[in-house]
Amino acid sequence: MKNNIIVVSNLVKKFKNFVAVKNVSFNVKKGEIFAFLGPNGAGKSTTIKMLTTLLKPTSGKINLDGNNPQKNKDLVRKSFGIVFQDPSLDDDLTVQENMQYHAVLYKVPKELRKERIIDLLKFVDLYERRKSMVKTFSGGMKRRLEIARGLLHHPKILFLDEPTLGLDPQTRNSIWKYIKDINKKEGMTVFFTTHYMDEAEKVAQNIAIIDHGKIIIQGTNKQLQSKTKTSSLEEAFLSLTGIAIREEEINDIDRMRMIRRVH
Amino acid sequence: MSTIYILWLRQLKKYIRSRSRIIGSLGQPLLFLFAFGFGFGSIFQKAGQGDYIHFLTPGIISMSVLFTAIFSGIDLIWDRQFGFLKETLAAPVSRLEIMIGKTLGGATVATIQGLVVFTLTLFVGFRPQSIAMLPVAFLFIFLTAVLFTSLGIAIASLLEDMQGFQLIMNFLVMPIFFLSGAFFPLNDLPKPIEIITRIDPLTYGVDGLRESLIAFSGFGIMTDFIVLFILTIVFLLLGSYLFEKVQI
Repeated sequence: MKNNIIVVSNLVKKFKNFVAVKNVSFNVKKGEIFAFLGPNGAGKSTTIKMLTTLLKPTSGKINLDGNNPQKNKDLVRKSFGIVFQDPSLDDDLTVQENMQYHAVLYKVPKELRKERIIDLLKFVDLYERRKSMVKTFSGGMKRRLEIARGLLHHPKILFLDEPTLGLDPQTRNSIWKYIKDINKKEGMTVFFTTHYMDEAEKVAQNIAIIDHGKIIIQGTNKQLQSKTKTSSLEEAFLSLTGIAIREEEINDIDRMRMIRRVH
Repeated sequence: MSTIYILWLRQLKKYIRSRSRIIGSLGQPLLFLFAFGFGFGSIFQKAGQGDYIHFLTPGIISMSVLFTAIFSGIDLIWDRQFGFLKETLAAPVSRLEIMIGKTLGGATVATIQGLVVFTLTLFVGFRPQSIAMLPVAFLFIFLTAVLFTSLGIAIASLLEDMQGFQLIMNFLVMPIFFLSGAFFPLNDLPKPIEIITRIDPLTYGVDGLRESLIAFSGFGIMTDFIVLFILTIVFLLLGSYLFEKVQI
């Protein structure tokens, strides 16, 4: 138990008409890279929102680095960094201003701020562009900036909700390189969701698959494959969740134009 | 403190960078001042009410403050739609701090806008009655700005997208503006209209501004100040309460 940085037990989230998360329990070990997989609409983002204090669970327990996200919001918020599924940068501010805003909000000490921002921007290859407005950036550049921003306050846990969605293989590779690097160097726990099974196969030490609001299997990539008698994670995933196509979520552009109604 | 400052700074930076918004929002008050000021000027004079441009200017300043403040508050909807609000709400800062920073930022922007309009009216021939009263006038501008930025935030907390915006403009902002006495003196009105004007928060902003800029005798400057001050607190609390409940 001591080694678990995230402990979720019997988590339930009900909205008006349906239950998005049904009695979910899982643990994430300190320092590991944990993949949280599932088809569209399975309950991934809802779970992440509850883990990150943005949504109140209907019932169940969450423990994040020793704290309850609903009771000790600020402590929990300081302990994680998050890269949301959809963009969350201010397009009318420069790269540096977006970083400064975050640093102030997360109370990064003034004397560390400048140095860390420079280091992180160099790390994601955006230092040269630090004075550019974010609106001039491509999707991949924005993603890299969001990751740099998420790391600014040295979180113990990094949540990544489909961090590589819509990115080319080059950018995906470099993003994962950064993340694995930091995970090794700083022992930072990484909790991510993705639809790219090869990514999960390559980077995750532990995997949980959620479908229809329930965790259907949990273990290492090898365990998942041997349990399902398949030879790749993608096959394992399909054999567990079926091949029927799920209701599409709205795409990114729609998401920007429209608020996702929570119901 | 630093949280409030950075939110305030963000609001200000965004305002200064949106030149088209600044110019656009100066056009409307000036158009009103010219069209109504010169259009109704002679009738107003004949009715024995004096110089209409002088009467109208405080109303026009209030109007630009009202619009800019409401927009600055409603801005929140864009933050929400473009995802930036999540970044702010997931941070370890209280909602109250966010609300205060956002309100002060919006109110500062609206105050600047009011002062710019005031400066422009000087070129049309407006002259404040006394320089000593200018700080009081600015105080009224600022209070009006805080009040309506809070209202904007309160509305934005209730709306999910810009769909309802037109509704708010037509059924809330326009009536607040037209029934505030910005255009006409509030004496000898039919009873129902009179009651509405007395409920309208902007009435006290316009009246206070008029008292301090052209020594117009309305409700009395102290009354205006007290009513406006109390209403500002009420709207701030309302905005904070509704903003507290915003879920992503």
